[in-house]
Amino acid sequence: MIINNSPALAPLLLLAAAISIPVLALLSKRLAYLTAIATSLVATAVSVLNLWRVWESGPLRYHFGGWTPPIGIEYVVDPLSAFVALVVNAVALVVLWHAMGLADEEIAGRAVPYYSLVLLLLCGANGMILTGDLFNLYVFLEIFSLACYGLIGIGEKQAAVASFRYLIMGTVGASFYLLGLGFIYIVTGSLNMADLRNILPLVYGNPAITAGLTLIVVGMGIKMAIFPLHGWLPDAYTYAPSTTSALIAPLGTKVAAYVIIRVLFYVFDAGYVSGALPMTDFIAWLAAIGIIYGSVLAIAQNEMKRMLAYSSVAQIGYIGLGIGMANPFGFIGAVLHIVNHAFMKGTLFLVAANLRKNSGHSDIARLDAAYRKKLPWSMAAFTLAALSMIGLPPTAGFFSKWYLALAAVDKGNWVFLAVILVSSLLNAVYFFRILERVYLLPPPAGEKEGEGFPLKSKTGAGLGLGEEKWGLMIPACVLSFCLLLLGIGNAGIVKGVIQRIIPIGM
Amino acid sequence: MTAVETYSSILPFYAVAVSLVAVPLILLSARHANLREFWTIAASLVKFGVVFLLLPGVLAGRVAGFTLWEISPGIALALKADPFGVFFALIASGLWILTSVYSIGYVRGLEEHKQTRYFASFAVCLSATMGIAFAANLLTFIIFYETLTIATYPLVIHKETKGAIAAGRKYLIYTLTAGLLLIAATAWTYRITGSLDFKAGGMFGGASFSPEAVTVLFLLFLGGVGVKAAIMPLHSWLPTAMVAPTPVSALLHAVAVVKSGVFGVVRIVGFVFGPELLHRFGLNGLLAILAGATIILASLLAFRQDNLKFRLAYSTVGHLSYIVLGAALLSPASLTGSLLHIANHATMKITLFFCAGAIYVKYHKENVSELDGIGRAMPWTMGAFTLGAIGLAGVPPMNGFVSKWQLGLGSLQAGEIAPLAVLVLSGLLNIGYFAPIVYRAFLKKGAGSRGEASPAMVLPIVVTAVLSVLLGLNPDLFFHFYSMAASISGSILGGSGP
Repeated sequence: MIINNSPALAPLLLLAAAISIPVLALLSKRLAYLTAIATSLVATAVSVLNLWRVWESGPLRYHFGGWTPPIGIEYVVDPLSAFVALVVNAVALVVLWHAMGLADEEIAGRAVPYYSLVLLLLCGANGMILTGDLFNLYVFLEIFSLACYGLIGIGEKQAAVASFRYLIMGTVGASFYLLGLGFIYIVTGSLNMADLRNILPLVYGNPAITAGLTLIVVGMGIKMAIFPLHGWLPDAYTYAPSTTSALIAPLGTKVAAYVIIRVLFYVFDAGYVSGALPMTDFIAWLAAIGIIYGSVLAIAQNEMKRMLAYSSVAQIGYIGLGIGMANPFGFIGAVLHIVNHAFMKGTLFLVAANLRKNSGHSDIARLDAAYRKKLPWSMAAFTLAALSMIGLPPTAGFFSKWYLALAAVDKGNWVFLAVILVSSLLNAVYFFRILERVYLLPPPAGEKEGEGFPLKSKTGAGLGLGEEKWGLMIPACVLSFCLLLLGIGNAGIVKGVIQRIIPIGM
Repeated sequence: MTAVETYSSILPFYAVAVSLVAVPLILLSARHANLREFWTIAASLVKFGVVFLLLPGVLAGRVAGFTLWEISPGIALALKADPFGVFFALIASGLWILTSVYSIGYVRGLEEHKQTRYFASFAVCLSATMGIAFAANLLTFIIFYETLTIATYPLVIHKETKGAIAAGRKYLIYTLTAGLLLIAATAWTYRITGSLDFKAGGMFGGASFSPEAVTVLFLLFLGGVGVKAAIMPLHSWLPTAMVAPTPVSALLHAVAVVKSGVFGVVRIVGFVFGPELLHRFGLNGLLAILAGATIILASLLAFRQDNLKFRLAYSTVGHLSYIVLGAALLSPASLTGSLLHIANHATMKITLFFCAGAIYVKYHKENVSELDGIGRAMPWTMGAFTLGAIGLAGVPPMNGFVSKWQLGLGSLQAGEIAPLAVLVLSGLLNIGYFAPIVYRAFLKKGAGSRGEASPAMVLPIVVTAVLSVLLGLNPDLFFHFYSMAASISGSILGGSGP
């Protein structure tokens, strides 16, 4: 039955579609687009199915080709992996929908490879999330990364350099991961996560294990862009096509964060990584510095995408801090923020894309109230996402902050508490700077309304919505509306998903 | 009052939701001003009606509770219409009706821009205020408290001038910081108690504290609610925020927002820490000193303001600290007086702000030095102003006298003489900074035309002034403010008061 194979369905389907899209494009480009959307939709549906199955009957273990682990490759769908996979697929679906309206201009002539690469990226992400095998994870990591480099590279001129830089750093990261994996394999003789979980406690004293874990965390830390390994991120997000930024910013770093959580707390255990080896403390302090550093640099930026990129560095710090505090509330905060940040940054980058599409730039200094009049709904979505970033209730961001604050108090670390709270003020500074401009700053006198807006078509305008294209506006609104739902329904996620899998030993 | 009995009722939820439901209606009828204003008036009447329905239950010792859903594991988004909540909600929702009528006269008189945004934000603010009043636990309180912060912002920057935007920034910096302190304090409290439900007499129970820890926690809470309560040195956003349209200053910066702050102070004092804990660590003394200093300093600063709204703002800062002082003294009469002053200051100060707005709309005068002869031009308005002013100075038969009397009595009950002296001195200072206005208005001759502002503005002014007199003659009139205040103070002190 196909339903029994549901754990493997999403990555395989995405891979198959990614390969067939260039072929389909020979028939009709439209068909290629639709295939991409449809596949993404099916992947999301499969994730929902997986999550439902996990809820009904507990974790699913799927053995590829019938080979039993530790020899064969195993896929494990537990509440965490099912949920993160769902978030990744759902956000990607909305971004792909948005990309339909953008593809003709931003990535003109390269839309087909774009769609193909996006599906490849999603295939990699799904595989990394669902696999129960560390080496298989590496394979998918490479698929994911290569797709990423390509997606960034198809942007503006500087994108090639940014992409190359990311390629170098990303490859170093992946190599570190592989090296660490080798260390662990030599000592334990296994690559299966569940198997390792049983073997590792016997060999915790072995320095090779310590070295292996450190290499894995550093390697994944680069992918996650945790301070000070974030160097590739600002350029990559800024120069990539807007639609790529909107895809990679919410998803790229989150998958790496998920892998770190998986390795630290489910392959190793919380007691070891926070006790015998002060790994988590180290992560927490770096993350705390990263939060402040990213926020301050975000304030200093004059270009919206670049500002959002630095803001991502800070927000990844939230996740890192939650992981690093290694207590139940910290874990809840980290996982919840993976979700919340995916939706927040997705919204913000989509709005930045709409801005660029409409006015050809997203310089903060040039924004004024005319931009809001042109894009009222996009700006409303932006406002909601900004409030969530600042952490005002009842949006999702408030609850990330709340759980992380609880975690900091539980840990008795007042510095972390202060960092979490101060950073939300810093967020307020750089978001209200934009909000003030788009809501309150009148356009410079002399410039006629609409000047500087090379509007190409006016579909939608006649319908009273005032925005150029529904297809660009609605996805942003959908994502930002989800922020409200995630906020008021957060207890459902926490109790239904996260609390079921609080790692043992916290 | 007998033992408190809780029953489930959706009324508190309706009280919060009514104006939230009105927001889309207001936005949708943006092009039809009369219809839009109808929604505002309708929402304010319904809201007040709903709150009023809760009153009999409260007087009979029954508390309506309503739990919406879990908002964090183990903590529900829960509303509870306890006497204190109903007390505050009655004042805020009742005055919203009058402010709505007045607002219509004001914004139309001045042909203000963006009236839809104005009325919509106002409605959200009132929902948030009801939420604050009825919040059953600290997390619910924070959620509405922060919502109020953000919903007030569009009203502060309404004029969209450079000054207004700067005021908006200052307002956000102060209030957002306060919100963060409140979150920190709440997270810490949750760590200690494992619950965030408000409880008359304190929620910490037998928790053991080191003096340093309890002081820091108290200061965190105080920072959180003290900004909106404008306790010095956290007050300076309030005069700055006077750049907002006058109805906003009247309802939000004399009633809803700042009273949410003092409401928070009383919640923290009476329902989080409790008298026993505060006495044990001498924290109420600290609070009383802050409040006393604020009263005197604010009154002195009021003298220096020529701008009428600024003078009223500093007067507000001072009077808010009356309430804080009463709460800090923790004696039965002082708490009763403190609570009564929440209601009484509201009716008086809103009258004064309404008057300031009426003068501005009709004659475009903002400064005290320009008010010569205005009393002859606007006898009703300035008559009401005079009543409000003497009430704030604590002269009978105004309601200001009643609360001040209770506060003074409470000061003696607590065995302290200094607060009494502060109150008397402040009364004199109040006369000092209000008398010149009344003198100029009635006894100096001014040139120019005569005539009142539109009836939509004068009517609310007269109603609030008359209400101030009536509540002074009989504090229990209509709303049973006095008996509610007495019973709330009894429940906080739980018979253990000094």
